[in-house]
Amino acid sequence: MQVPAPFEYERATSVDQAIGLLDRLGDTARLVAGGHSLLPMMKLRLANFEYLIDINDLSDVLGYITVEPTQIRIGAMARHRELLESAELGRAFPIFADAEKVIADPVVRNRGTLGGSLCQADPSEDLSAVCTTLNASCVIRGRDGDRVVTMEEFHRGPYETAVGDAEMLTEVRFPLRPNGASAYEKVERRAGDWAVVSSGAAVWLDGDVIADARVGLAAVGPNTAGLPEISAMLTGQRPSEELYEQAGIIAARSCNPVTDMRGSEEYKRHLAKELTRRALRRSVNRINEGS
Amino acid sequence: MTAVEDRKVTGFEDNDRKPVGHGRMLRKEDPRLIRGKGRFVDDLQLNGMLHLAILRSPMAHGRVVNVDISAAQAHPKVKLVVTGAMLAEKGLAWMPTLSNDVQAVLATDKVRFQGQEVAFVVAEDRYSARDALELIDVEYEQLEPVVDVRRALDPSSPVIRTDLDGKTDNHCFDWQTGDEAATDAVFAAADVIVTEDIVYPRVHPAPMETCGAVADYDAVEGRLTLWSTTQAPHAHRTLYAIVAGLPEHKIRVISPDIGGGFGNKVPIYPGYVCAIVGSLLTGRPVKWVEDRSENLTSTGFARDYIMRGEIAATKDGKILAIRTNVLADHGAFNGTAAPVKYPAGFFGVFTGSYDIEAAYCSMTAVYTNKAPGGVAYACSFRITEAVYLIERLVDCLAYDLKMDSAELRLKNLLRPEQFPYTSKTGWIYDSGNYEPTMREAMRIAGYDELRREQAEKRQRGELMGIGVAFFTEAVGAGPRKDMDILGLGMADGCELRIHPTGKAVVRLSVQSQGQGHETTFAQIVAEEIGIPPADIDVVHGDTDNTPFGLGTYGSRSTPVSGAAAALVARKVREKARIIASGMLEVSVADLDWDKGSFHVKGDLTKSVTIQDIAMKAHGAGDLPDGVEGGLEAQICYNPENLTYPHGAYICVVDVDPGTAQVSVRRFIAVDDCGTRINPMIIEGQIHGGLTDGVGMALMEIIAFDEDGNCLGGSLMDYLIPTALEVPDWETGFTVTPSPHHPIGAKGVGESATVGSPPAVVNAIVDALKPFGVRHADMPLTPSRVWDAMQGNARPPV
Amino acid sequence: MQVTMSVNGAEVSREIEARLLLVHFLRDHLGLTGTHWGCDTSNCGTCVVLVDDEPVKSCTMLAAMAGGHDVRTVEGLEQDGVLDPLQRGFMECHGLQCGFCTPGMLMTTRALLDRNPDPTDHEIREAISGQICRCTGYATIVRSVQWAAAEQAGIRTSLPEQDDSRASSAVGGAS
Repeated sequence: MQVPAPFEYERATSVDQAIGLLDRLGDTARLVAGGHSLLPMMKLRLANFEYLIDINDLSDVLGYITVEPTQIRIGAMARHRELLESAELGRAFPIFADAEKVIADPVVRNRGTLGGSLCQADPSEDLSAVCTTLNASCVIRGRDGDRVVTMEEFHRGPYETAVGDAEMLTEVRFPLRPNGASAYEKVERRAGDWAVVSSGAAVWLDGDVIADARVGLAAVGPNTAGLPEISAMLTGQRPSEELYEQAGIIAARSCNPVTDMRGSEEYKRHLAKELTRRALRRSVNRINEGS
Repeated sequence: MTAVEDRKVTGFEDNDRKPVGHGRMLRKEDPRLIRGKGRFVDDLQLNGMLHLAILRSPMAHGRVVNVDISAAQAHPKVKLVVTGAMLAEKGLAWMPTLSNDVQAVLATDKVRFQGQEVAFVVAEDRYSARDALELIDVEYEQLEPVVDVRRALDPSSPVIRTDLDGKTDNHCFDWQTGDEAATDAVFAAADVIVTEDIVYPRVHPAPMETCGAVADYDAVEGRLTLWSTTQAPHAHRTLYAIVAGLPEHKIRVISPDIGGGFGNKVPIYPGYVCAIVGSLLTGRPVKWVEDRSENLTSTGFARDYIMRGEIAATKDGKILAIRTNVLADHGAFNGTAAPVKYPAGFFGVFTGSYDIEAAYCSMTAVYTNKAPGGVAYACSFRITEAVYLIERLVDCLAYDLKMDSAELRLKNLLRPEQFPYTSKTGWIYDSGNYEPTMREAMRIAGYDELRREQAEKRQRGELMGIGVAFFTEAVGAGPRKDMDILGLGMADGCELRIHPTGKAVVRLSVQSQGQGHETTFAQIVAEEIGIPPADIDVVHGDTDNTPFGLGTYGSRSTPVSGAAAALVARKVREKARIIASGMLEVSVADLDWDKGSFHVKGDLTKSVTIQDIAMKAHGAGDLPDGVEGGLEAQICYNPENLTYPHGAYICVVDVDPGTAQVSVRRFIAVDDCGTRINPMIIEGQIHGGLTDGVGMALMEIIAFDEDGNCLGGSLMDYLIPTALEVPDWETGFTVTPSPHHPIGAKGVGESATVGSPPAVVNAIVDALKPFGVRHADMPLTPSRVWDAMQGNARPPV
Repeated sequence: MQVTMSVNGAEVSREIEARLLLVHFLRDHLGLTGTHWGCDTSNCGTCVVLVDDEPVKSCTMLAAMAGGHDVRTVEGLEQDGVLDPLQRGFMECHGLQCGFCTPGMLMTTRALLDRNPDPTDHEIREAISGQICRCTGYATIVRSVQWAAAEQAGIRTSLPEQDDSRASSAVGGAS
């Protein structure tokens, strides 16, 4: 079995202590939470670090899902399983449960965290697409305190984030608005595989008119991407199959998939369209079922 | 009609009235395995044991210019670093493959596939051994790789096998079977000819336990003990004797619990030889266990046949002839594990289960810059490819003739009175009764109802497919007049000893990798000798403690070794009869056997049990004249023919018209493997093979990019079905005993792997009928299904 | 570094390298070879153990990370000579062949039944979907877990009869 190169290990006892360690050790150190992205890469020696700082003991302080009147705040150490099983989160954002059901497998979901998923910045990563769709913002803490960035700012490219060497993602915030619903659609070759393409949608209605709508795609570009053009097109319209179709066409046109073992570029564009259509339809149906 | 009376050999008729023998018996191997007390190769810990890691080629084709091992040698925990040049000095840099080719143990001149062994390190622990690989500096001169098999024979292609004298191209071998002229004549006169290009892509058996070995050389005794993941311990021992020049009686190969084999653990891999060299040079036990990438990129792959198939028929659907031309990709070394006279394995049975007039196949095999192998993954020596070809062709014919695919098969299946049947390519099918098997599958499936449902769904634009496949297998290699591996005849020995108290031990030359031999072989012996299976221990997988034989692959254990077990028990029983005649003071002719005891004819009160006889055989007092003490026997069984199990499979799929995702809704498998020993184990073998078939049809492929980089080198990329991709299997059976096997049994281990891929693909293609799809190649991933729906089905390679 | 954890109810403490994977700690340092490994990428699940009662892939967790936690392996399933109902279920229903994936399957399904004593077939399939079995085709694993669930609930289970009393007829029937 592949094994990682040598490194030193420290357990963080607090967020500030972890940041202090990062500050001292610089880019030779890396935080490890669930470890399900980092450790396989280190085993295959695609990534090597001199220090690993284990933040699993911070689960108690960073594992929260807090619902407030205007937003939901989720700690970076919230694990996939907790996100899947949270009834409050599921009510506000059904997209989470849709996505979590198809992220890796149940055993991996026991360990993997929201923060770890986002910091991996994999273009195919499902929770990144969810956060993009929900217009989340990320709280990054450093020595000098917190700063808050949008998802667009957070992901700077494949496997690259805005989190500095002496910083740590601590929280993700999701704005809450009334009369909305969301959904996630993913095509994978097999359970547990990365997405061929996936599409998240969130829709808010004002009466029978779309007040706002957002679509986020995964696996069709350098990062999971939101599509403002779709939002602009949908806003103020009445939901309809024709509208979903148009949104799908924009999604297919706006993404940048590449042919690989998961599928051809043509197929991925087709999926961007089809899954966007399905995610929008399902979101609207959920609003109507809920009201 | 098939019936027990048809059997030449009797002895099982009263089975269901007797407690011992065959039937659903729980497995004897399970108590240790469910406790985590199995003993797999990597579980072994020996005093002073060192760990070996192998450095592999990063490129598909390159000249090895220089290997600098000085930094690795300086690592404080490293004991030994060995390169190809160092092995060459000892004459060990090359070893024979099972197909009479040679393969590099460590590269000397060139690397010929990505993942090829270049050097190895032996260190105090596995982490340090892995670290030291990073310290070896290899200078390569990159060469143009041969990746596209269709261009391997182009004059402009670089020559891969420059190690072979006078080699000027990448040609591996040519092979033909059948009657070309007769076949051409039938084709020329036929109403209908259907031609299709059919690719069976490269796949990998990927057992959950990777390959590995622990070598322990005792320099004082000159004795090598090798624990290794081998399906064929005796054959391996002989080959090590030949390769390493060690005397055969000083080599002991032990194959402990094996975590799945599926053919992957038949060949000898360079890693085993490296472990042996490592132990020879360090004087300490050396463990090598490959990681998953090494398993997927360097060990025996399977398939990789590019086939053009043609089928000739009358316009009302009578199949007349089959013709095929095959381009076979054998990778960098011909490492196929098949009987020597069968370079294409048993692909010659491609005429399938049908009554036809003529058949012909011509094949060209080539070298490419890919891993060696070819026969692996539960294929019955390439019958997977053969059955896939014919069963796809029959469906293509049904498509063109607008006939129902089940009806077309029923119209052409061999009839019971034709058996034993000699096929147009010379295979003698021992027994078969095909139509009842097909009808049974259709009954369980509710075939007509399914077709009605499909018609309704098509009206609504829903895509439902029903796939039918019928297969005939040829397993149990094989008669030694025809079949050998590197000169070793494919017979199997078996030894049975009855201890004084009537308990027994049976020793086998075959080796289980999960098939439950410790259970089923006890049952076979129990049936013949009347000792309860619980009182019979099965010893296997240790060359010092078992008789010689060729091992477990190609579904040969029950057909060959199972026959040996039955016959050795009968041999012991005949000796017991003589002893019983002395005990009961009657002639042997006056004794009747009653499974477990002899009694005097007509007088059930005068009897002796096998246990009484065992004690007498070992005890005090005289035995009848000419009878030696003891109660044991050994035989070597040479099968007179292969056995030919068959089956009918029906698969039902639903395809999402928007995303092209395939869902396997139902799978019905009706198998006929002759006399059944343990139905629970048979069902398990079939379930596993069906899952393989779904895997190959939907997702499994070892692909390469244009530089020869393997794109299936981890389980993230080489997808294997999980519990969510497969349905709850529906199985049924018919029983047509083998006329030449002592208990009428046939092999079953690979039937489902052979029969299920065409059933799944036929179902998907059937679902896509509204799009005018007649054929689409595996793996039918959503993207490839979508391509087919757009009229753009493409071969995977 | 020194690591201390509870393994199958007993406290163990060893000096280890920080990079040591939990699976190797269990196998090579403690001799608990019932936990296997089958890949490098967290895909096969043969290495699953319970950490604080939750199934975890022990090839993707450092031994150091398990320090202070409660680890349970297949060797800890049998209690005082009494097999876990799942162990019996796997034997009764032929839920294993080569036995290599079995320890991981047992641990995952143990956690499943602890949380959900009466799972549907689909819930069982989902629970083991991060684990690969190359032998059984999964159906018998599902049956084994159902057998254990029924056994735990005190429901007597009878297995389908599978003897070959109809071996003399051409058509055997469905099983």
